[in-house]
Amino acid sequence: MHYTFQIERGNFTDAGQASSSVKRTLKQLGVAPANIKRTVVALFEAEINAVAHAYGGTIDVDIDGEKIVMVVADEGPGIPNLDLAMQEGWSTASPKVREMGYGAGMGLPNIKKNTDDLKIETEVGVGTTVTMTVYLV
Amino acid sequence: MKIKEIAQLVDGQIVGAPVDETYEVEKAFASDLMSDVLRFSMDETVLVTGLCNNQTMRTAEMADLRVVILGRDKQPDEDMLELAVDADITLVKSKFSIFKISGILYNAGIKPLY
Ligand SMILES: Nc1ncnc2c1ncn2[C@@H]1O[C@H](COP(=O)(O)OP(=O)(O)OP(=O)(O)O)[C@@H](O)[C@H]1O
Ligand SMILES: [Mg+2]
Repeated sequence: MHYTFQIERGNFTDAGQASSSVKRTLKQLGVAPANIKRTVVALFEAEINAVAHAYGGTIDVDIDGEKIVMVVADEGPGIPNLDLAMQEGWSTASPKVREMGYGAGMGLPNIKKNTDDLKIETEVGVGTTVTMTVYLV
Repeated sequence: MKIKEIAQLVDGQIVGAPVDETYEVEKAFASDLMSDVLRFSMDETVLVTGLCNNQTMRTAEMADLRVVILGRDKQPDEDMLELAVDADITLVKSKFSIFKISGILYNAGIKPLY
């Protein structure tokens, strides 16, 4: 099954809608709760990053019997130093993002922890594509 | 501890999703930082927070939280209440500070998350 969602820049009213919708779908499919949790936490972190740090983008989710592949692709500033961004505590979040309860610099490390495979392609001035895989079996 | 007992202890008002009478709260986590809420398992846990916006509800939903105490007399808007109902999250509104709520729950035997 394939699902696509749009992400809007800076829209913290709706941010998380895609992850919420994926959570509902996984529940309906009868995926084990522990796998649902780590899937949606990772997706949510990536969704929020695209809203908070980039100019919006798209989410593509593919689900089959053995895995969930999630691709969050944004147009945005890109990540100049990925090693630094992957470190716990590193954040460039704006005051507005912090007001929303984010900006601890824990999102990317948390995605790494919750997924079985993580690939981040990023180009400064162009955007970032985060590909996350969760194996179900 | 049942959700209604918790609401009573913090002199709280219950809004959002209807109370699950069978749900037992054993632990609490206090945070205004949603990034940190997403890092831990929230099983049998109540979140105590002063952050009152849509993202509080979205985070609670992703973290599998069933109960959130909104301290410092924060008032959720319609949008937030709708998100709470959709995600089956009960909200307890309390006028007390986060420190006071935490102290009361701790005294009553609720365990820290860590
Ligand atoms: N999609 C993105 N586009 C541009 N920069 C990004 C993107 N995702 C992450 N970053 C950069 O990497 C940093 C670390 O991201 P991470 O998700 O770990 O933390 P955060 O979003 O700042 O805070 P938290 O996720 O804990 O709320 C960000 O502050 C930002 O500088
Ligand atoms: Mg983040």
